[in-house]
Amino acid sequence: MGMTMTQKILARAAGLESVAAGELVEAKLDLVLGNDITAPVAINEFAKTGAAEVYDREKVALVPDHFTPNKDIKAAEQSKKMRDFAGKYGITNFFDTGEVGIEHVLLPERGLVGPGDVIIGADSHTCTYGALGAFSTGVGSTDMAAGMALGTAWFKVPAAIRVELVNHFSDKWVSGKDVVLHLIGLIGVDGALYQSLEYRGDGVAALTVDDRLCIANMAIEAGAKNGIFEVDEATRAFLREVGRDQYREVTADSDAVYERTVRIDLAELSSTVAFPHLPSNTRLARESGEIKIDQVVIGSCTNGRLSDLRVAAQLLKGRRVAKGVRCIVIPATQKIYLEAMREGLLEIFINAGAAVSTPTCGPCLGGHMGILAKGERAVSTTNRNFVGRMGHPESEVYLTNPAVAAASAITGRITDANEI
Amino acid sequence: MNAKGRVFRYGDNVDTDVIIPARYLTTSDAAELALHCMEDIDKDFVKEVRAGDIIVADANFGCGSSREHAPIAIRASGIACVIAASFARIFYRNAINIGLPILESPEAAAGIKAGDTVAVDFDSGVIVNETSGASFKAVPFPVFMKNLIAQGGLVNYVKTKQAGV
Repeated sequence: MGMTMTQKILARAAGLESVAAGELVEAKLDLVLGNDITAPVAINEFAKTGAAEVYDREKVALVPDHFTPNKDIKAAEQSKKMRDFAGKYGITNFFDTGEVGIEHVLLPERGLVGPGDVIIGADSHTCTYGALGAFSTGVGSTDMAAGMALGTAWFKVPAAIRVELVNHFSDKWVSGKDVVLHLIGLIGVDGALYQSLEYRGDGVAALTVDDRLCIANMAIEAGAKNGIFEVDEATRAFLREVGRDQYREVTADSDAVYERTVRIDLAELSSTVAFPHLPSNTRLARESGEIKIDQVVIGSCTNGRLSDLRVAAQLLKGRRVAKGVRCIVIPATQKIYLEAMREGLLEIFINAGAAVSTPTCGPCLGGHMGILAKGERAVSTTNRNFVGRMGHPESEVYLTNPAVAAASAITGRITDANEI
Repeated sequence: MNAKGRVFRYGDNVDTDVIIPARYLTTSDAAELALHCMEDIDKDFVKEVRAGDIIVADANFGCGSSREHAPIAIRASGIACVIAASFARIFYRNAINIGLPILESPEAAAGIKAGDTVAVDFDSGVIVNETSGASFKAVPFPVFMKNLIAQGGLVNYVKTKQAGV
């Protein structure tokens, strides 16, 4: 019986000829990741295992990106715990303030994730790296601790949903975010529970690597274990650029078994908004009605990449953020920050009246750098709009692509960028 | 192993942001996390929960972030068991890894109301609603997970491996 991409990667990492959906396997890990919320818990658990060393000091990545630059004393203690652990065990991939970026943008940029890798991260958006043909999935802190000690993790081999992408975008403001919001709207927040989302079809070639990273990033919002794309020339070009030269490309068998196929015609997509309080609560931006907003956030592991900032800048150039709206732009990494500065994007944002922040997850999870008051509404390029996600339990978050976010910042209400 | 307690009842898609809001994640202290458990969805939970009580919910319980603080907060609040129609996968994993008993049963979720008294037998997976008299059978754990639980969770499993290899 044929295997999916995910199954092939897991079979290789488990040292097996083949695996089938439902089988439990113990797979070797190519990378174990944690952030400043999850790693401190993992570090405590690691101590309890009695392990003298981490399994490979180059295969653990510690990224304090959530409450950093340290927002308060407790956050500082959590970062310190990671710093001390990294020092004690000689972990090479520890990224402190000044070097740190949002983990799921930083690791691909550093060439630390690549095709065929098996990656676990104590962060649910670890599924991002599937964009590059890796099997990567979010786990908890105890799994992270075990992974650091043993270099292995147990997995139940997932069944898969085939997402057949066809054509190419016809609306210039539509991007990967709209593909994934549309998909989640179709199948629901548990539509892919325990399963892989495997993206196939001629539409994949029309997507940039940034689009794919954004799409794979939100696999978890459909309940999926992972999302994965086949490697193509665009992936290889990305990997060359980041200096990742060794990897294992994997393709699905022609007789791979999929539970079902969901077809998405990229040409039919318009800018999409997920209304409160679920990512599956989607509508078209142009059909949103008169939704007045208080804040716009452009950033995160979903949409804080250079291409996202370019889109926002294109709209904000020579325009002003509406009175009464706070617009916060957060380049996801220092490299992106620097490049955005060189290209003049930061100047455009500042002239438009937006605040530009150093890289951080900050407002996405209601951590810091842009918290909402009771009754406030935000349009955000982030990935979750649960109750209280960005602040007060009675605040609201509307998830969009960067174009809608920028357009909405200008008008003060949810706006399709074609209206500008 | 058994549990018996009063039921706190929630709906679909109870996410980890409402189980324990991120604003409290600057600590990993279980007792401190428990003080804010379910706060954004049920302000009275912390006041009313007693050791041995049970949470019952509909589909996709624990969706969202991978924060292990969510099952940790629930366990530390005194909850003995979570029964749901289905669980989000990272929460499921985390609950097993830290030893919070969870049972998947759409039938039990449909047949249990807030305030009911429910008894659970973890070995057989039998759930009895003592208020209504109805009984249900949960999806049993796969053998692999039973072994993991028998060893006292993932950390002990690793400890054994470290010592053995």
